[in-house]
Amino acid sequence: MDSAPSGPSQGAPGDDPAPAPHPPTDIDPSSTAIPSTDSTGRARSATPEERPPPLPPRPNTLNLLDDGGASPRPPGNLTQSALQSQATTAVSLTDIASQDAGKETLAVRSLPGTLRAKASLSHLASARGSEAGDSASIRSSVPHGDADVDNVFGDFLATEPGLIRQHSSGLMQFPEFQADDVEDDFASEFEPVGEVSADGDQEELVLEKWKAKRKHYVILSAAGKPIWTRHGDGGLISTYVGVIQTIISFYENSKDHLRSFSAGDTKFVIVTRGPLYLVAISRFLESDTQLKLQLEALYMQILSTLTLPSLTHLFSVRPSTDLKRPLQGSETLLSTLADSFTKGSPSTLLSALECLKIRKSHRQTINNTLMKTRVSSLLYGLVVAGGRLVSVVRPKKHSLHPGDLQLLFNMVFEAEAVKAGGGESWIPVCLPGFNSSGYLYMYVSFLDLREDASSAADDSTTKEESVAIVFISANKESFFELQEMRDEFVEQMEKNGSLRIIKDAVDKGRPKTTDIIPGTVLHHFLYKSRANVQFTQSAYDPDFSSISRRRRLMSTYNNLHASIHAKHTHVKVHHCVSQSSSSFAWVTPIFEFYCVAGANANRNALAQSASKIIEWVQKEEERLFIIGGAAF
Amino acid sequence: MSESTSTNTPKPSSSVKLVLLGEAAVGKSSLVLRFVNNDFQENKEPTIGAAFLTQKCSLPTRTIKFEIWDTAGQERFASLAPMYYRNAQAALVVYDVTKPSSLTKAKHWVAELQRQASPGIVIALVGNKLDLTNDGNDTAGESPAEADGEAAADGEEATGENQEEQDVATGDARKVPTREASTYADEEGLLFFETSAKTGVNVVDVFTAIANAIPESSLKSGRGAGAGTGQTSLGSGRPADDSRVNLGERGPATAKEGCAC
Repeated sequence: MDSAPSGPSQGAPGDDPAPAPHPPTDIDPSSTAIPSTDSTGRARSATPEERPPPLPPRPNTLNLLDDGGASPRPPGNLTQSALQSQATTAVSLTDIASQDAGKETLAVRSLPGTLRAKASLSHLASARGSEAGDSASIRSSVPHGDADVDNVFGDFLATEPGLIRQHSSGLMQFPEFQADDVEDDFASEFEPVGEVSADGDQEELVLEKWKAKRKHYVILSAAGKPIWTRHGDGGLISTYVGVIQTIISFYENSKDHLRSFSAGDTKFVIVTRGPLYLVAISRFLESDTQLKLQLEALYMQILSTLTLPSLTHLFSVRPSTDLKRPLQGSETLLSTLADSFTKGSPSTLLSALECLKIRKSHRQTINNTLMKTRVSSLLYGLVVAGGRLVSVVRPKKHSLHPGDLQLLFNMVFEAEAVKAGGGESWIPVCLPGFNSSGYLYMYVSFLDLREDASSAADDSTTKEESVAIVFISANKESFFELQEMRDEFVEQMEKNGSLRIIKDAVDKGRPKTTDIIPGTVLHHFLYKSRANVQFTQSAYDPDFSSISRRRRLMSTYNNLHASIHAKHTHVKVHHCVSQSSSSFAWVTPIFEFYCVAGANANRNALAQSASKIIEWVQKEEERLFIIGGAAF
Repeated sequence: MSESTSTNTPKPSSSVKLVLLGEAAVGKSSLVLRFVNNDFQENKEPTIGAAFLTQKCSLPTRTIKFEIWDTAGQERFASLAPMYYRNAQAALVVYDVTKPSSLTKAKHWVAELQRQASPGIVIALVGNKLDLTNDGNDTAGESPAEADGEAAADGEEATGENQEEQDVATGDARKVPTREASTYADEEGLLFFETSAKTGVNVVDVFTAIANAIPESSLKSGRGAGAGTGQTSLGSGRPADDSRVNLGERGPATAKEGCAC
């Protein structure tokens, strides 16, 4: 069963400067699907007449993921009667990126005639010298084109030394650096700030801890009610939420939208989605676009919990709705998602997915086994190893969206809730990229690939090692059908050796750069295949084993990515040397390549290694990426 | 509680559909985890959707295989509950002995079950987190007994101090007197237990009592009837006999030990 051309694309542009061909891939972020909502959806969200409210305008600029010739399919020609195809309501990650490019252009930059609030570049520079950071006046200025590019590089170059000075090591300083205090410092980013006791004597301390966090996310309603915050509870941050709401509504009142501003080295990015304000506050040198992507993903998580119609309904009935209650229990999903951003997520940065590297024929076997055991209620079937896709089957008419998969993987692998239960899970979930107006039902079961299956209570499997079977259906009553399919599927995989292959591939892990090119100067690389919307990377070990080092690595990548994707630039190759590392980015219509080497790596050696890695990736393409995939 | 006596077959096995209901964070998943894996996790993350687990329970005359639906307590999942309790033969309605509102919620669930679930459903009312009370402290080691049998006078002195944060040794966090809950359980004809998933007190006993309370008729009236009762509508298309269910290795997920009784 070979894949058919994927569904029509919605012209979702990426923020990437060049278009790329669109292949028939199963994780194609285009979208058309609307699951059956009459019998399977929840009543509230499911009436066919009830149309989802309009989503933000869809840009029509160049599309990285565009199908090219594909035109939107008329509704009603689906093989599965349970599904009806409509104009999409997709808001997938890629769409999000596109809105930067199409509509908002890297957040604040270059909106001629619009007031923007941003600490000016000169201010940034001078503040660093005089440490007059607190007086960072948020001043409004009318931007003009050239300055925008400067800003991108300016932020990048100017902040770097500042950061190094601020934390004794600096984020960019690896690998020669071995400062234990810094390692601890970053780990504390994820520690709870604690709660203020009733008599309030802890308040100072807790507030100090709260302020020490370098990354904050706050979600509040337009009416100013706090909904969720990564650090601290509602009481602690209520005054800050009030300040945020005041600032935002000050701009709203003058018919303007505040998108971002900086104060010293702290960046504030605001995303408004319907009745929600999402705010990211970061001291991690992330670009507006990157923070915006993260906020969009958090918004998607909220939609995934509630669905768009029910979210809209709640606020249309009562604008002062307290969303905390409906979201109860999903806070950990938001937190783990936020933490994955703070730790640094290549998947989010690149808006792409990672696959487990196995032979093409082996993947084919797994695909075929899935196809053979498929039951009628199955919509998507996935095998995922520690967040890396092993195999996927899907209906011909429907593709999967990286943004949706990111939410699923976060739920299945990062949040403990599903795995800790120990059994099989049946989870109603809205995949906003697929259809934001209704629920699908997800069967999740983890494979036990350990040698001695007898020690059942042993929970030593790590996130990276755990392998999950995920079956998604539009039918909420199909649990047992999918369970039976799972049993059959696993039995056959056992027989045809696929389980062993998956286990070996998981155990083997990602290749080191030195495995690919002996003696290379490269410490790490990311390679994104634009056509497949997938990426591959080298092992984090040994240079980036700790999360703080990984964070620094990701900061480097963030900067590279921001530089090379800056609006109005058409950079193809970018080489950057800092006092702690040299990094290199190369972007073509086919791929995006980013790599990092030691500070004094020779530029030619760097470029040579880069070419070799790219050669290697292209040689191994069919093992590293899922190309085609299985469709029915 | 009906003791099963009528079968001649050596240890016949039957499966029982059981659903757990109750307010969020009362410890439903922890009870199941204790029963199935004999394990306990502090600060367990909330269940999303529902989890399906199985565990065998060995009675003198038969083996009961519990097929357990552990549901999420959050309100937004409430509309899915009928899917899980429809055709269930047993339900565990759980509340938190330190949180009176959770008993109120439990009463709502009991009412809903009595109204909508299959008529013969066996319902057990379970007050969890006994370890946070003085009761739990004192009786933790003792042989478990049904709390409606014992007076548990201590339980009525709810001291009204700080709740979970309070160290167990220094204060009693109990807010729901045993008497209040047991009286209600008697009125409604429910089994009643107070448990601690953390220490394990009474956990297995709940399931054993349920296994004993399942009417013989709904357990073993041949295959046909078994399929009728043993199968929720979720399982349409799935034969009820156990060998099918056991296909494939789900084994490692569930602990081997049954309850010893």
